[in-house]
Amino acid sequence: MKWTNIVATGLLGLTVGAPVAAQEAEKVLYFYNWTDYYPIELLDKFKTETGIEVILDGYDSNDTLIAKLQSGGANYDVIVPSGYLISGLVQDGLIQKINTAEMENFPTLRDSFKSPEFDPAREYTAPYLWGVTGIAYDSDVVPEAEMTDSWKEIFEPREEFIGNIAMLDIPADAISAASWYLGIPQCTESSEDAKRILEVLEAQKPKLKFYSADSTVDRMASGEVAMYMLWNGATARAAAQRESIRFIYPEEGTPQFTDNFAVPINAPHPENAKIFINWMMAPENAAAVSNAIAYANAVQSEEFMSDQWKNIEAINMPEEFSDRLRPTEDCSPTARDLRDKIWTRLKG
Amino acid sequence: MISRENIRRVTLLSPSLTMLFVMIGLPLAILAWISLLQRGVTSGVDWSAPLGLDNYIRLLWEEDFDGTIFFHTRYLEVVLRSVLLAAGTTFFCIIVGVPAALWMASLPKRGRDVIVLLITIPFWTSLLVRNYAWLIILRDDGSVNWVVNALIPGDDVGLLYTNTAVFIGLVYSFLPFMILPIYAVFEKFDWSLLEAAYDLGAGRARAFRKVMLPIAMPGITAGAMLVFIPCLGAFITPALLGGGKTLMIGNLIQLQFGPSRNWPFGASISIVLLALMMLFLMGLALWKNRRSQ
Repeated sequence: MKWTNIVATGLLGLTVGAPVAAQEAEKVLYFYNWTDYYPIELLDKFKTETGIEVILDGYDSNDTLIAKLQSGGANYDVIVPSGYLISGLVQDGLIQKINTAEMENFPTLRDSFKSPEFDPAREYTAPYLWGVTGIAYDSDVVPEAEMTDSWKEIFEPREEFIGNIAMLDIPADAISAASWYLGIPQCTESSEDAKRILEVLEAQKPKLKFYSADSTVDRMASGEVAMYMLWNGATARAAAQRESIRFIYPEEGTPQFTDNFAVPINAPHPENAKIFINWMMAPENAAAVSNAIAYANAVQSEEFMSDQWKNIEAINMPEEFSDRLRPTEDCSPTARDLRDKIWTRLKG
Repeated sequence: MISRENIRRVTLLSPSLTMLFVMIGLPLAILAWISLLQRGVTSGVDWSAPLGLDNYIRLLWEEDFDGTIFFHTRYLEVVLRSVLLAAGTTFFCIIVGVPAALWMASLPKRGRDVIVLLITIPFWTSLLVRNYAWLIILRDDGSVNWVVNALIPGDDVGLLYTNTAVFIGLVYSFLPFMILPIYAVFEKFDWSLLEAAYDLGAGRARAFRKVMLPIAMPGITAGAMLVFIPCLGAFITPALLGGGKTLMIGNLIQLQFGPSRNWPFGASISIVLLALMMLFLMGLALWKNRRSQ
C-alpha cells in the first residue's frame, strides 16, 4: 500500500504549494498592468536589450489589483498601482523597497515626480504615467450646442446623448465624479451626502447604456456610445480614430491619477523588476509609451515625443485648467462602506 | 474491530479523501471562518478580530444615523433576483431541452453522435469568449437587430445591456447541461413502451405525460441541478450582457472582494449562497423521496 501514501503526500505537497525557489538567473518578468496601458511592441525591445522576457497580464481597476495582491496567490514582479494606494500597500507590507532614487535613470525624472507625498524618498515606487478622468463625447451628436465644462453634461445629459452614455464600472470613480458634481468631498463619511450622491446616480442610470471599464477606446471610437466618463489618454486614442471626439475637464473637479511601478513583496524576480523599472525611466522608452497610448509620462522626454497627439485636446490640457485637477484619495473604511451602500443600491 | 478489509478500504480511499479535504473542506472552513471576522483597515482581513455574526446580520439589518436598527431588503432583492433568474433559466432550459433531447434520441445512431458532438463543441472555448460573441450578436449593429429590422422596420431593438440579454446569455450558456442528461435517459428509452401506451388507448399527449415524462424525470432533475446551481452564482454573463446595470449574487460577492474591499462580508454572502444551493438540493431530494413512495 505504500504507493497510495506516496500519491497522497504528493497531492498534499502540490496543493499546499511550496513557494517557487529563488530563480534570479531566470530571464523572465511577470508584469501586471492595467489593460490597454502598455505598448506590447516595447516589450520586444526590452527583451532584445536585456534578454528578459516579459509576460504581461492585465487588470481593470485598482480594486482588482488589491484583491489579487491580498490573496497572495499571484506572483507578479511589477505592478502599476495608482498613487493613492501606495501608503496602504506599504503599511500592509504588500510591496517591497526598490530604492528608485538610487537607480541610474532616476535623474531623468521631472522634478515634480521625484518626491511625491505617498513615497517622499521614492523608496518603493517609480512613476509610470499620469492622467485625468473626465468626459469624452462625440461632438457630431451635438453639432450646434456649446458644451459646458461641467459634470452636469453626463449626470443630466442633453436629449441627444440619452441612451448612448457609459460610465466607468468602478464605484470609486463613478461615485467621486458625482461627488465633485455635487460639491461633496470625494471621501465623504456623511450618510446625508451619500444619499444625495445616490440620487444623482439613480437619476442618471436609466439614461445610460452600460457601466464598463473594458475596451473603452474601441467602444468610444466605434460609436457604440456617444459619451463616456473616461480617462484622457483613452479619449485621445479614440479621437485618433474618430476625429469628432472631444474631452471635458469638469470645472467642479477633475480627478487626477498618477500610476506607479511597484514590486510586490513576494515577487519571484525582484532583480529583473528593478532592471525593468530603471529601463522604463529612460527618456526614449518613456516617450515610446506616451507616443503609443497617449498618456503623459513623468520623464524629461520631449525630444522623443511624436507630433501625432499635438492637436488632441484630451491630452493637451490648457494651462488655465490646472486648478481643476484633484488628486484621487484613498478613502477610509467608513467612506468605503458608504460607497458600497451607494453602489449596491444603485445596481440592486 | 478494525479488519484488514477496512484498512484496505481506507488506504485506497485516502488519496481522494485527502483531496476532498484539502481542496474543498479546508477552503470552505477558511471561508466560513473569514465570514465571522472583520475586514482590515486598508484591505484584507483583520485576523485578530473577535468572531461574530455581524456580517450575516448586515445582510438584513442596518443601523440608521440615529443608531436604531432597521430591516432592509437591499441584499434580499439581489438574492431574490438571482433565484428568479436562475429558476427562469432552468425552466426555459427544460422547455427547450426535453423536445431537443427527445428528437436526438429518435435519430439513427450516427445522427445522434453528430448532434452530441455539436452540442459539446461550444465547451471547447471559454465561457467568457462565448459571452463576448453574444455581445456582438445582440449589439445595435449586430445580426439580431438587423434581422428584426428587416422583418419589422422600426427602431433598434436595444436588446443588449438589458435583463433579457442576461437571460438569453444564461439560457445559451447552460442549455447543454440540460439537454445531455435528458438525452442520456431518452437514449435508453424502450420505444415499445410508447406503442403499448397507444395500444392501451392513450393519445400522444397522454402517452408523453404518463410514460415518457416520468422516465425522463431523473434526467430532468439532474439537468435542473446542473443548470440552477451554476446559474445562481453566474457572474460573467450579468456583468457583460447586462452592462453592469444589475447585480446578481455573483456580482455582489465580486463587489465585496474587489471595490468594497470587505472580504469578510463577501465571505458571508458566499456562505449564504452555498446554503441556498444546499436548500435547493435538499428540497429536490425530499421531493424525489416523496414521489418515489
